[in-house]
Amino acid sequence: MDGQINWTALSVFVFFFALVTVMGFWASRWQSGKSNKGQHLDEWGLGGRNFGTWITWFLVGGDFYTAYTVIAVPALVYAVGAYGFFALPYTILVYPIVFVIMPKLWHAAHKAGHVTAADVVYGRYSSRKLEFAIALTGVFATMPYISLQLIGMEVVIKALGISGELPLLAAFVILALYTYSAGLRAPALIAFVKDLMIYIVVLVAVVLVPMKLGGYGVVFASASDAFAAKGGATGLTLKSAQILPFATLALGSAMAAFMYPHTLTGIFAAKSADTIRKNAVFLPAYTVLLGLIALLGFMAYAAHIKVENNNDVVPALFNALFPSWFSGFAFAAIAIGALVPAAVMSIGAANLFTRNFWKPYVNPEVTPAGEAKVAKIVSLAVKLGAVVFILFLPTKFALDLQLLGGVWILQTFPAVVFGLFFGWFGPNALLAGWAVGIAGGSWLAYADGIKPVHTLHFGGDSYTVYTGLLALLLNVAVAVVIQLLSGGRSKQQLSADAAS
Amino acid sequence: MRYLLALPFIGLLWVPFYNHELPALFGFPFFYWYQFLWVPLTALIIWLVYRNDLKKGVE
Repeated sequence: MDGQINWTALSVFVFFFALVTVMGFWASRWQSGKSNKGQHLDEWGLGGRNFGTWITWFLVGGDFYTAYTVIAVPALVYAVGAYGFFALPYTILVYPIVFVIMPKLWHAAHKAGHVTAADVVYGRYSSRKLEFAIALTGVFATMPYISLQLIGMEVVIKALGISGELPLLAAFVILALYTYSAGLRAPALIAFVKDLMIYIVVLVAVVLVPMKLGGYGVVFASASDAFAAKGGATGLTLKSAQILPFATLALGSAMAAFMYPHTLTGIFAAKSADTIRKNAVFLPAYTVLLGLIALLGFMAYAAHIKVENNNDVVPALFNALFPSWFSGFAFAAIAIGALVPAAVMSIGAANLFTRNFWKPYVNPEVTPAGEAKVAKIVSLAVKLGAVVFILFLPTKFALDLQLLGGVWILQTFPAVVFGLFFGWFGPNALLAGWAVGIAGGSWLAYADGIKPVHTLHFGGDSYTVYTGLLALLLNVAVAVVIQLLSGGRSKQQLSADAAS
Repeated sequence: MRYLLALPFIGLLWVPFYNHELPALFGFPFFYWYQFLWVPLTALIIWLVYRNDLKKGVE
């Protein structure tokens, strides 16, 4: 990255960016046939709840596998090797979880017209406090995530040779405007283009790059040599102390993944529970892609790429090995890959604000059309917040907050999921568990210097595990104890649940 | 049938089982191709459970 503007790459980039912008504005009229409810939050915030298997596949895949994934997973693999691969088991294990839990959550939401996870929680437990806790966690966990999308975009814009924050700002103004006008339909439609482009880029890269470098054997061998020279906790396989953190990070992240407002928005927008089950079968196809993208981190060693910032490794690899027009195409794919999740995230956060803060506390009489209006404006504010955040605060801060966000969102798991399977827990026990989980998890992460794993000592042995999972254990334990102390839920409450 | 869904968890969370470089396949160390293998396996398992659910008419 020598600061020279690469005009060929830039023109290709701008062409594709312009293409999706047009699509984004056109999207408001797409798929809005049969049951259009006009100015209703269901239309703007959930695309009319009418997305079939294919659209859901693209939408959920598009907002789950983000631009930041494409940049950060290879960066981590480049830096530490095998340990960075926890993303692969994580994104495999997420689908059995989706298959079992999400159709039930969809049913609960569909029956009562719920738009957010916090709606579902209020519907079941009738506790404004618990609803507030879940909604607040969702908003706080999503904001830094949007900022990370901006970082992904910043990295590729820099690789095109353009410095300064103006292009980033322009991209986000465009994003904000078409999300405002088209709602969830915009990212759903753009996800098609994004995925097609990313698939082309990755398939070309995983076939051509090893061919240029001498095959996968060479790729792994040169990475192995580089790690051996570097020493420390790096290598092609895990050090024994890394095994437990690897497994717990994979499991904890998989449990947290579909608690985020943006992934849930994709679930609630599905036409039927069957759509979601089918998607659990077909979504693992994306995981193959993720694993292949992760391998780009190893290819960088074979290609003798050296970067100061690990995040630059993928763009640097493309710039070094491909003609500029293809680099431009690849960078456009990554940048558009940031727009889809950023749009869905801002919609998810806006839905939460509207349904779980605005409606209960500001205007209980708000009409569905009024809700849509509030949500549209909030989605603008959320994106503005993310831009301000990234312009004025150091990148590391966004990364740290996102890490904490993962710990936080995992603490909503008991409140959102347990009630779908059994009715034993009451709202106060769940709320206490949530509070202890959030406080304990944040404190552990903070005390460890914002690291995702915490080391426990039992006698002479030490065990390092994912902090989020540790906090979740604490969370559930506290909920169980409080529930036992308060004597279980009365028959009356249970039958009230059944009736609602 | 639903118990089959536990298999990916066992296969992937029992890390010492696959934390080796050998046997390699097409240049990929075991650690990597084993994990990749679980992607189609998991999809297949979920599909089997899905089909069985359909037969039983699970809502």
